[in-house]
Amino acid sequence: MNLYKWPYKNEFGEEEIVQSDVLVLGGGLAGCYAAIAAARRGKSVVLVEKGATERSGSAGSGFDHWESACTNPCSQVTAQEIAEAYVNEQDGYSNGIGHYIECQEGYDRLLDMESFGGKIRDTEGEFKGAEFRDDETGLMFAYDYKNRFTLRVWGSTFKPALYRELKRLKVRIYDRTEATALMTETVNGRKRGTGATGMNVRTGKFLIFQAKETVLAMSRPARVWLFNPDLTGLCEFRPMQSIGSGHAMGYRSGVAFTMMEKSVKAEFSSAGRSFPPYGTGNNHNTWYAATMVDARGVEIPYVNRDGEELKTVSERYYPAPGQKFFLKGGVIDEPKYEYRGPETLPFDELMRRGYQLPFYADLSRMPEMERKVIWGVMVGEEGKTKIPILKNYTERGFDPQKHMLQSYGNGWQSASFLPQERQLFGAPGGILTDWDLRTNLEGVYAAGDQLYAADCCGFACATGYYAGRKAAQASEHAAFGEIDRAFCEREKQRLYAPVQREDGMSWKELNMAIAKAMQNYCGGVKCEDLLKEGLDLLLHYQNDAVPQLCAANPHELMRTHEVLDILTVSIMILQACLMRKSSSAPLCFERSDYPQMDPPENDHFITISLDDAGNVVRGDVPMGFFGDLKTEYERHNQDYINGEPDRVDRG
Amino acid sequence: MKKEMYAFVVPCSARPLVFDESRCVGCNRCAEVCQVDILIPNPEKGRPPVVLYPGECYYCGSCVMACRQEGAIRLQHPLMNQAKFVPVRHAADAGEEKPLPAEKRRG
Ligand SMILES: Cc1cc2nc3c(=O)[nH]c(=O)nc-3n(C[C@H](O)[C@H](O)[C@H](O)COP(=O)(O)OP(=O)(O)OC[C@H]3O[C@@H](n4cnc5c(N)ncnc54)[C@H](O)[C@@H]3O)c2cc1C
Ligand code: SF4
Ligand code: SF4
Repeated sequence: MNLYKWPYKNEFGEEEIVQSDVLVLGGGLAGCYAAIAAARRGKSVVLVEKGATERSGSAGSGFDHWESACTNPCSQVTAQEIAEAYVNEQDGYSNGIGHYIECQEGYDRLLDMESFGGKIRDTEGEFKGAEFRDDETGLMFAYDYKNRFTLRVWGSTFKPALYRELKRLKVRIYDRTEATALMTETVNGRKRGTGATGMNVRTGKFLIFQAKETVLAMSRPARVWLFNPDLTGLCEFRPMQSIGSGHAMGYRSGVAFTMMEKSVKAEFSSAGRSFPPYGTGNNHNTWYAATMVDARGVEIPYVNRDGEELKTVSERYYPAPGQKFFLKGGVIDEPKYEYRGPETLPFDELMRRGYQLPFYADLSRMPEMERKVIWGVMVGEEGKTKIPILKNYTERGFDPQKHMLQSYGNGWQSASFLPQERQLFGAPGGILTDWDLRTNLEGVYAAGDQLYAADCCGFACATGYYAGRKAAQASEHAAFGEIDRAFCEREKQRLYAPVQREDGMSWKELNMAIAKAMQNYCGGVKCEDLLKEGLDLLLHYQNDAVPQLCAANPHELMRTHEVLDILTVSIMILQACLMRKSSSAPLCFERSDYPQMDPPENDHFITISLDDAGNVVRGDVPMGFFGDLKTEYERHNQDYINGEPDRVDRG
Repeated sequence: MKKEMYAFVVPCSARPLVFDESRCVGCNRCAEVCQVDILIPNPEKGRPPVVLYPGECYYCGSCVMACRQEGAIRLQHPLMNQAKFVPVRHAADAGEEKPLPAEKRRG
């Protein structure tokens, strides 16, 4: 039997109005922490999540390392050192505010997590005596064993722990509910957020979330260049749900974005070229610093930043002579000399020296503790590894003492992509905020991957919590806005239109067309005419294809809404690309008509937003607009520094 | 708006989930936890959920982690994505002409 009656209630046309002091959109790590911060301050909080909060988001099934917890008791670095290093590493195109918050408050969020029941240290003493374990605290470190600021954690326990805590704090959770639009009102010429609209993705019910303050935590865009209609869930690195709805609804309401012209040559798509993440032989991230061998079983050398060969496994985890610390992790790709850590010899050099493909990761040659922590904790706790890698490979017979795992492509991506196959990967564009993580709209905050140049779990948790507490404070002086009935009716019509058609185009056809257009018109090398042709084509899709979209039930309708948002985001990206009239190395942005790289007059952030008439507005924000990180953080957070109510006792 | 709604299984080239009917009790925990919402409860109570949208699976494993009936649900990567592994090999025992050991796989 292939045809089923829809198993859930049909609530199309029904409406519910929900009020809260603080409304959080997106129930990933950032959203959950935002809701907790506001609830701890006694505010009424509503959390809206498209999937199921218990396991939703990029870290839903887990994650293995928590970066930049610089205030942990074993750390040998300061928040300032690491946050500034990130800004410098990305040539200023970095989220200094977010990174400082991550570095300064991340460890507090880990202690919170422990109090919720998440596992952040080796409580059973499984790794007693290991070089990466601090035997006093049981904390375990990754990458730089000398400076000890990135922790190995049991991330598969985190989302269920957050979910329990949200329920304990009586946060009202609206699971299976997509936020679809921000509601705003303009009073005395100032626009402010008044909440959001939404739809239940199982029943079709329309929701109006009225709030004093709103936090956006819906991650970043995806499926813009990469789409595969067969294995849609594997097109991108992040989950199917996270496709940039938050960007689209923010953009439509006048929220300002920056760095939207940045995209990188794709790094990951296991619907096509890549293999399952962390499921192939490599020595990055989860697998750092696995021993790699070539086809003959000859070991591949690790070298430090000066090209000196490292003799022992242990040396792979220490800075080079004269180097204070090194950076590894989510957004660190090919770091500057200053921050470069140990690495295997570059691929081209290995080919020159006669190493033979394929390469493998061979954990059998590593000390027992290193092997056990990679295959068992890192692979196991990392997202998407506990079941599909650790369990299934073991069942297939893989034994890390007896087998080596093949490497594909030349690195952890397990593939090589074409220049026009692009992705918002690493630290892409997003929402620009002030030191309160407030957007340019009053009453609207942003956190986690939805911020510009954001990435990683510690970043998401710390900025989420921070945005939640700032929103809670602001809600004390705010009142509810009026519900704009006309706006809600228009939104309802927009949302329901595809399900009211008997026949038409599926969401996949439009997503496929957008992806192809973006590869054609916004690929590796861009120019004015090409970008304008692309814009013309997407506007044509908007006018001619969108009115043909058709969906059979609320689930398909949700997918259709996602593609409408992908279309909005793609248009925003093309417009942002048109604004930057020069090329840029740190933004991976190449224009054939403006080949000059990062000329001084353009070496700053360009923002993009829509005005009330729907015109695209450009803004120019100087590099380093966030000021001296430590000074500004302290200026904005005296309450937190002086032990405000929600600080977990470190005792 | 209140018309009867239907859902078809939308087939794809892979088969992410395999249920063991003899172990599954049809509790739908797996369906409730899946963030992508690819499963619906089986119209017949006590039977495994229906995988309505297999192509949308993100292969995260949350459904398997949620299941309390050992072996009732299995997640499997598409065949093309099943990475290869081989017995450990040392330079000394791999002479130039010696063929590389064949991969041993189970299951
Ligand atoms: C496989 C994998 C492994 C990773 N490993 C690590 C690691 O080891 N260490 C590390 O630091 N980082 C890691 N990362 C990155 C890290 O997980 C993310 O940066 C972080 O989780 C982002 O959190 P977030 O809350 O901002 O976004 P997400 O966790 O993606 O949450 C966004 C949420 O918003 C919801 N949403 C989207 N649109 C809507 C809408 N319209 N309405 C309502 N809800 C909506 C989504 O369903 C989702 O739950 C990994 C990422 C992946 C994918
Ligand atoms: S597979 Fe497991 S979780 Fe899913 S319905 Fe069956 S018993 Fe319940
Ligand atoms: S693996 Fe993840 S996405 Fe696939 S069905 Fe299970 S929970 Fe859903």
